[in-house]
Formats: sequence, structure tokens, C-alpha cells
Amino acid sequence: MTTTLNAPPSSTASVGSALTRVDAVAKVSGQARYAGEHPLDDLAYGWVAQSTIARGRITAVEADPIAAMPGVIAVLDHHNAARLSDAGDAELLIMQDDQVHYRGQIVALVLAETLEQARAGAEALHVGYAPAEHDVMFRADHPHMYTPDHVNPNFPTETVVGDVDAAIAAAEVTVDATYSTPAEHNNPMEPHATTAVWDGAHLTVFDSNQGAASVHSSLSKLFGLPPGSVQVTAEHVGGGFGAKGTARPPVVLASMASMALNRPVRVTLTRQQMFAMVGYRTPTEQRLRLAATRSGRLEALDHLAYSQTSRIMEFAEQTAVMSRVMYATPNLRTNHRLLALDVPTPRWMRAPGEAPGSFALESAMDELAQACQLDPVQLRILNEPDVEPDSGRPFSSRNLLGCLREGGRRFGWDDREPRPRQRRDGRWLLGTGVASATYPARNAPTTCTIQARPDGSFEVRINATDIGTGARTALTQIAADALGVGSNSIELRIADSDFGPAMIAGGSMGTASWSWGISKAAAEIHARITAAGSVPAEGLTVRVDTRDEIAAQADVVRHAFGAQFAEVAVDVRTGEVRVPRMLGVFAAGQIVNPTTARSQLIGGMIWGLSMALFEESVMDAEFGDYLNHDLAGYHFATNADVGDVDVSWIDERDDQTNPFGIKGIGEIGIVGAAAAIANAVWHATGHRQRHLPIRPDRILSAERQE
Amino acid sequence: MTSVSQPSRYRLVVNGTSHTVELDNRTTLLDALREQLDLTGAKKGCDHGQCGACTVLVDGRRVNSCLVFAVAVADREVTTIEGLGTPEQLHPVQQAFVDNDALQCGYCTPGQICSAVAALEEADLGWPSAVSQDVSVQQVALDAAEIRERMSGNLCRCGAYVNIVAAIESVAR
Amino acid sequence: MKAFEYQRATDVAGAVASHAGRDDVRYLGGGTNLVDLMKLGVENPSVLIDVSGLPLDEITVSPHGAVVIGAAVRNSDLAAHPAIRNGYPAVAQAVLAGASGQLRNMATVGGNLMQRTRCSYFCDTSKPCNKREPGSGCPARAGDHHNLAILGGSEQCIATSPSDLAVALTAFDAVVHLATGTGERRIGLAEFRRLPGTHPEIETNVADGALVVAVELPPAALAASSRYRKVRERASYAFAIGSIAAALDVRDGVIAESRIAWGAVAPVPWRAKLAEQALLGAPATPASFEAAAGAELERAEPLPGNSYKMDLIRNLTVEVLTELSGGQR
Repeated sequence: MTTTLNAPPSSTASVGSALTRVDAVAKVSGQARYAGEHPLDDLAYGWVAQSTIARGRITAVEADPIAAMPGVIAVLDHHNAARLSDAGDAELLIMQDDQVHYRGQIVALVLAETLEQARAGAEALHVGYAPAEHDVMFRADHPHMYTPDHVNPNFPTETVVGDVDAAIAAAEVTVDATYSTPAEHNNPMEPHATTAVWDGAHLTVFDSNQGAASVHSSLSKLFGLPPGSVQVTAEHVGGGFGAKGTARPPVVLASMASMALNRPVRVTLTRQQMFAMVGYRTPTEQRLRLAATRSGRLEALDHLAYSQTSRIMEFAEQTAVMSRVMYATPNLRTNHRLLALDVPTPRWMRAPGEAPGSFALESAMDELAQACQLDPVQLRILNEPDVEPDSGRPFSSRNLLGCLREGGRRFGWDDREPRPRQRRDGRWLLGTGVASATYPARNAPTTCTIQARPDGSFEVRINATDIGTGARTALTQIAADALGVGSNSIELRIADSDFGPAMIAGGSMGTASWSWGISKAAAEIHARITAAGSVPAEGLTVRVDTRDEIAAQADVVRHAFGAQFAEVAVDVRTGEVRVPRMLGVFAAGQIVNPTTARSQLIGGMIWGLSMALFEESVMDAEFGDYLNHDLAGYHFATNADVGDVDVSWIDERDDQTNPFGIKGIGEIGIVGAAAAIANAVWHATGHRQRHLPIRPDRILSAERQE
Repeated sequence: MTSVSQPSRYRLVVNGTSHTVELDNRTTLLDALREQLDLTGAKKGCDHGQCGACTVLVDGRRVNSCLVFAVAVADREVTTIEGLGTPEQLHPVQQAFVDNDALQCGYCTPGQICSAVAALEEADLGWPSAVSQDVSVQQVALDAAEIRERMSGNLCRCGAYVNIVAAIESVAR
Repeated sequence: MKAFEYQRATDVAGAVASHAGRDDVRYLGGGTNLVDLMKLGVENPSVLIDVSGLPLDEITVSPHGAVVIGAAVRNSDLAAHPAIRNGYPAVAQAVLAGASGQLRNMATVGGNLMQRTRCSYFCDTSKPCNKREPGSGCPARAGDHHNLAILGGSEQCIATSPSDLAVALTAFDAVVHLATGTGERRIGLAEFRRLPGTHPEIETNVADGALVVAVELPPAALAASSRYRKVRERASYAFAIGSIAAALDVRDGVIAESRIAWGAVAPVPWRAKLAEQALLGAPATPASFEAAAGAELERAEPLPGNSYKMDLIRNLTVEVLTELSGGQR
């Protein structure tokens, strides 16, 4: 880390130390209040009614009998809902007309004195429809597949280096395989919830989101309210994983209803409702074509990814972008196709792009290793690039090989029997697998305010969010070091739109971006204190914005890297797959807090395990909804599914990321994890599993076709 | 036979405090705690017994409070996370969760802790589990596999399981 | 959920009299299925009669060795009871393989027998379902049926019974004790639940208002070394995609008696009688077990999405029977 970026390392540095999660006591004692838990007098409850057709028109909303039910205060629908202005998200233009674009769309909100009464009203509400034919099934050969202008967030759709087709035609060894990943739902444990309070002039919302600034901006635009008339807070958030990255319908509904009723309103989604209105990961189909010399040197990499979007809004998953970064090859093509269906709009879900993309790329690399009779770690070492293969730009730092080597050593990889289906323990066939991981390390502009107090302590106000990442803890440590005091001299206040614009907790950019704001404000407050000689009784306050610093960043490629190792046990007689052991080794710049970082990285890897074996939202062709829309039907790992999961990291100093050298660790834990497991399943059974999740029926089917 | 029509008036005994409530029969114990008694430690993650975030103890046993009508547990002893310990005086399991960083977003955490407290008690009673090799054996050795299975009724989307197991192991020892 | 009247039963006769066979009355046990279905709008009772506090929470062993389990016994107490753990380990294992610690503390034995299918169409009132709304149609055959029945289904319904416990009880010829308006009645568990046929909405062979008061496990020496194994899509807290309760009596390498019941493959816990017959007098070898499972599966009618269950249940049967016979594969 350079000192020019004003992060003074000291012998008492808090950054890098294992400070206990600062909100742990509040959370274990049940005292931490989430969005739907703020007690208010005169609170009304809203319950959402959803469309039961996938496409068509609403012909009637029979609200009168509902309004007459006990406790029901009002029924809002497209006839009487407040008119909204476009805030850049078609999914937020709720109840504005009679059109139905997907099954599960919000068609009404029933408001009542109690939760039970609101629910009963919404369930009894009869809505008439004129249904139209719908098209909801994703498939790569759909005639309406098109090429989007760009992919999320602003990557080019297609990149081409050299001539992949010619290279593949001439190659000694090729792999040509198609992989698929299903739709998946984020499912944070806390369902989306908002408590909104309109006092006639000012809107205050307690919301469950990953960024109060973004939600504040959306509300201000949607309702045409001056920014100063809206305040959004998100003190504690029960997980987000992308599903709370921007304003979602509950915050719009609660705000609308509070303004309509002139009283506080709470809207909480049910788990079932979350499968239609807060986003999900698109299903993908991906074709990977690799060409290599017999010795395993890549000659070409061609990655074509198909995904879906809705008809009302485009979201183009950046599925193939990982292939632009990973391996040296003279011929490289990545491309994306998109299909608009009568479905809810897919959005971000932990490691958008890289999570599904890494499954295909890293599975294909394993297939290439098999084809070349090379160890898969060696294959990756052999194809390590000096610069970003796609652009030729340098990396700010890249320690993939360090991760692979350290991981291999810790995992015991070197003793691995290369042939599949060689190890057995009772009814279980055993296998091991490896995959690489990466995720961009970006920064976004953020404002931050620091107030120095005469007693030597500081209040730091930054519109960050802690959705479980440990950001509140990490930022306390960062502030302590930036200000040269102990962490107990820091009062950190976050998750309040009154603190100004800031990056959301997403994209693995939160802590990195916020740390820069704190760092810059700390430098300025120090200068102010020095100039003043001391802190006056009323304190000293500075407010900064990191926009200029971020705009001035050098044009280099900033990525975190990692290596994923997994051991699986497969009972090919029943199709059961267990994962007794996982190891992730990461190179992700400065690790702010080893305790919370370890937790977050392990969590990401467990997401990879769930992605590999369990997660799948099943689209119902006839009705157009995800039919396993609850936590009994949509599976992710239970405690019993998780074995030994170990994490470590390479000591990496990168002075080109941000003042503290942080790269972000929110997403990289999931990247490659599913591929490592699928590759281990091949090693255990001898069968490639190219379609996720690796369900028992897929294991049984592979055995049957033997 | 005692019969009550809507709404019902009855006594809820929560964390040793008796509350006389008059509630809709449809009100679940979870909603009564959260919306009526302002005890928001018990969380609503699914409302269908599929996640465990709402776990509380009724007469000392762990249950999913989302699937219990409050009227059905009138006069019974209900213990929530707020009754296990306070920030100033944490229950040993709560302290172990802090010490082992056995939480991330915290939303499943109160349910995990209530569940763990009961699971430790169940193991003391010699209750077998699905991973017990021989269900006739009365002694339970709470190894990691046993803890994992016994805690599988509490989903954690952040994936804090590894540390949850470590926290419970530290108390079981 | 619509408003309902709540009654707390204090005696069996009063509960049955109060129910009186009305179709808008439900008995409430542990609530783990009924409350769930009320929230989904699948069940809409006007009156709930809470029977969980009735004095039916004892497990008794009769002098001739039968075990009588009160209907209000909680699943966790059942699995922890020495008579079950020692005499019918498959029953304990089946309970423990189901749901979660919390749900087992709530769920009652009586309620478990009344448990309804988890078919996603049945559970979604915005879609047709012949079981929920007779004559409305069954979308599962053309739609999602990956965890629906390969045995015993009909054109109208292929929903599966989700119970683990009932599979083990079926293997050991459990008898259901019922209280009805006209007195006590006993019915074999195998006859208690019915196949869907043309009337999937009718799930049992007893009249509305009958109250399960106990389940009796007749003495069975071979049950003491019985086994329940369940396969599901994750390691815990999930419904079965295939399960088996089994016991074997092998004498001089030849099968003298066997008990085989399958779960998650049929609308009811499926007693594999054809398999049992095929095993009688056969050598206790994997080949015999495979042939026996095949004999039972001759009646199967798998669909594209659930045909994997054919391999699954056959393999599971061979594995468990091989293990019970002391053999190795």
C-alpha cells in the first residue's frame, strides 16, 4: 500500500484485526430492529394481491365487498393508485394501468387495521381478467432470441480477439460443450418490508434495502417529492444478495398507501410473493468452445451465453464476461443473447454474471484438462495471462496462481488420483474438483461526513448499509485507522439517506467505496483540526465526495481472484451428493476484518454449494409462475448439507484500488464454487454434470446411460 | 369443551410476564409477539414452518411460532430470544454466537439461538436424531454431525452454519 | 385466512360431538400442516377444535407386546420412546428423518396420519386441482410432477403422501383407533388412506368427524432390527423423493418374512406386498431383492419427470434389504 493515498498504517492498526462484529450483541439478543419492526401508533397493514394470469388485461377489481370486510380501510388498485413518474424501473410503476405483464404482478393492495384483516381482504379480492397467450419458457433456440446493446451494468455484449473459428478448426484438442443454469431466487431470510410514515409533507420510510440513497432517489422521482422531503433508513437488513439493491415494490406501496391514508403503513412481502416481485437470477444456457494444443496451451476460447429478461424491462446478465479476464489465448470471443418473456424481470443475484458464467467456463476448463490429460491446476497455471486477454490492459494485481498453489497445498491436491471413479468409502464414491474464481474490484463515488468532537472522538456519517456483510464493523475499523484513534473513539452512523449519496452494499463495492469516503474525510478533518489548532466546543465537521478521485483512477484491470477446491461424496445408487469438504483461497487485497471476512467468504462458498446441488426455480409452462415458490420447494443448503468449509487468503497489497487497498469479498466466494463441485462429481463418478442443479435424478440418469 | 368466538380474550405468558390480550383467533403466536407485544426478536422468514426464524420455546420446547395460533398456547410458558438473555447479560449460547461470529445479517439468529438452547436440552435427554447410528442408544455425543442435523430446521441464507456449529460445540463441551 | 371459531376440546366424546361431521370443522393437532394450509387458503374451516390437549399423549405397551401410541403424542416423544427405539427402530428413524426438531415437537401422531399432499398445484388455490376442487383438472401430468406418484395414481391425481412416519407404520401393520359419533372403530392403516381413483378429494375411508385417538403397532419380532432410509434433495429438512421402511427375517440364508413399505412414490404409504411375496422363501441375496422390487414396480406408471424414481426406489430397496440381511454389495 502506498502512503500517497493517506491511509497511515500504524502499530495499533485496527484494519486487519479481528474486531468482534459491532452489532453482534444487538442481533443475538433480538434487540436489532429490522424494517418491519418499528412500532408506530395507528399503524395500518398492507397486503398485496397478485395477478393470476401471466399476460392480459384486468377487467374488474371488485373492491367494494372487500372494503366492507371487518377492519379493511381501503383497497388500492390501478383505478385509484397515485400516479407515479418513471424512475427508470418499469417494475416500480405499480398499479398504473390495467395491463398484466407476468403472473404474480401486483394488482392491488388491501389496507386494514390488522395483519389478519389485510390478508383476508387480499385473499378474498376478486379480480377479473382478459387473459392473452403467454410465453414464459426459456430456451436457447427460441426464435425471438436477440442481441442486447450491452450487458449489465455497462459491459459490451460482444468482444472478439483473433479468429476463434479458424483456431478451433485447426486445433489439436477441442472442447465443445453446452451448460445450463436454472433461474434462482435470492431469498434473503428477511422478506422485503417497509414501514412508511407520511406526515402530510415529509415521507419517512424504514426499509429493507442495500442502499438508502438509491431508494431515496427512486421515491423522490416516483412521487415527485423534493429530495429533502424523503428520508430512507435501513438500520438493520436481513440479507439482500442483490434482491434489495434498488427500491423494490414494498417501499413504493407502503409510501403510496401512507400518503393515501395519511397514517403509517407497513407492507411486508410473504416468502411466496418474493418469487414474483423482487428479482431473481436469470436461467442461462452457455456454449463453451475451447481449443488447445496437446500440451494444454489454449488456442481459442469462445463463450456464448443465453439468458432471459422480461417484456417490460431489459436486464441482460453479463454471463460471459469472466471469460474476458481469465486465460491467455490468442483467439477469444464472448457474446450474449437475450430473450424477452412474459416473466418478472431478472435482476442481480450474488455475483451476477460470474456465478453462472464461472460454472460453464470452469467446467469447460476441467473438461479440457481431461482431454489433454493434464492436471486441472496445471492447466490453469499454463494459461495464466500477463495482461487482460480481452483488452491487453494490465492488472492492478493478480494472484490467481498464488491462490491455486496455496489452495492445492492446503487441500492436499498433489496426491490426487487423476482418473475418475477410483475412490470409494462404503456407498459413497469420492472425488475432488477445482475451479478458479474472480470478481471485479470497483469503486463508486460516495459522500461522507465526519464530525470531530472536542473529547477526541469522531462521529462518522456515511450512507452505507450492513446487510450482514460486517460493513458496520469494517467501517468502524477503517475510520479508526483513518483518524488515527481507537475504534472505541468512533461513532459510526450508517444507512440513512440524510447522510447523502453513497454506493449501495452491492457489486463487492460497498466497503471499498465507503472506505474511500471515510479516508478522504479523515484527511480533511485532520487538516481542519491542524489549522484550527484544536477542536472547538461545537466540534468541526467536513463533508466530502469521492467523485473526482474515482474519475481519476488509472485505466487498469482491477479484480480479485481465488481458487475453489471441493470434495464430494456421491451415492450413484440413490443420486445423493454430499460435500464433506470445501476450501477457498482468495487474493482480494486488504482484508479489513479477518473474522467477518472469513464468515462472508464461507457464506459465498455455501451459496456455491447450494447453486451446485439444490437451487432451481421451476417455471410452470401452463401458468407462468415459479411453482416451487416457498422454502420447502426452493431448496438451499441446511446446516446438515455443509461440511468442513475452510477459507484463507493471500497477503495482497494493491495500491491501485483505493486508499486501503480493498478489493471487496461479497461475491467472489460463490464464483467457481459450483464448478469445483461439478468437477468433483465428475471425478467421483466419471460423468459430467453440465446442468445445474446436480439433482439426484441427474446422477441416476447419468448412471442409467452408462 | 371451551369455545371462544372472534376475537378471543386470553392470557399469554411470555418470558415470565403475563399479558392479557384480546386478539383475532387467526393471530399466530409469532404475530402476537411481534405486532402486539413488541417482541420482535422472533422473526418471520417464511410464515410456513419452512425456515425456523420464528423459533421460540413453549413450555421449554422449541417450536415454529408461525404455525401456532396464539390462542392455542394461552397460559403456556413462552420464551423468546428476549427472555433468554439481555445485551447486558447474555445467555451462554448467545455469548457463544458473538464469540464465534455465528451470524451475519442476524435475521435467522434469534431462531438459531432458541433452537440451539432447546437442541442442547434434547441431547441431554438422550433424544436420537436422523444421524444417530443406533437409535436405541440413550447417550448422545454431540459431535459436529449431530449438531448440524439437529440445527437443520433453522435455515441461514448468509451461510453462517460453520460458525453456528462451532458456537454450539463450544457450549456443549 | 377467514375468521374461525376456536374450541379447546377437553374430552374425546365432546370433541367428536362438537365436530358432528360438518365439512367446515377441523380438528387441530400440532398445526404443522393445517395452519400451513389455512394460510394458503387450501383449508378454510369455520371452526377449529383443538384436540392437542386431550389425554391422548401416552405410549403404552400391552402385555402381549403391542404398542399403543396416543394420537396426541408429539413426534419427538414418539421417536424418543424406548419401546419405539428398541422395538421399532424404523419408526423412530422415520420420524427423525422428517421435518425439523421444531416441527417434530409440534406435530402429533394423529395429525401425521391426516397429513395432506405437498403437490404444488394442490397448495396453490389459483390453479386447478382435482383433489382441492373436484373436476377442476390436474395440471401435474403435463406440468411439474418430479416428486409425484409412480404407483397408485389415477388420471385425476398423482399426488404423493408426504409422511415418513406413516410409511414405517404401514410396514408393521399399524391399526388406527378412531372415535366416531357411533363409537370406537379400528381400521388397518393400509385401509385407512385411500387411492385417488376418480375421487381424489376423498382421502380416507372413514367419515368426516372421526377422530384418530391412537395408533397401535402389533407385536412384530422382526421390527426390532428394522430400518428406514429416506432420500431427499438435500441432507435434511426436506420431503422425501423416495423412502423405504423394511425388515427381514432370514433363516439359513432364506427369507422367512419381510416387510417393505415405500414412501414418496404413491398417494399413500405404499406397502410393497408383491415384493414381499416374491421374497418369501427366496435366498437373501441382492438378486432376490432386485427381482422383488422389480415385481412391485411392474405396476408402476412413471411419467417423464418422475421416472427416475423407478431406479431410485429399486436401488434403495436393494441397498436396505442387503444391509438388513447382513450382506455387502
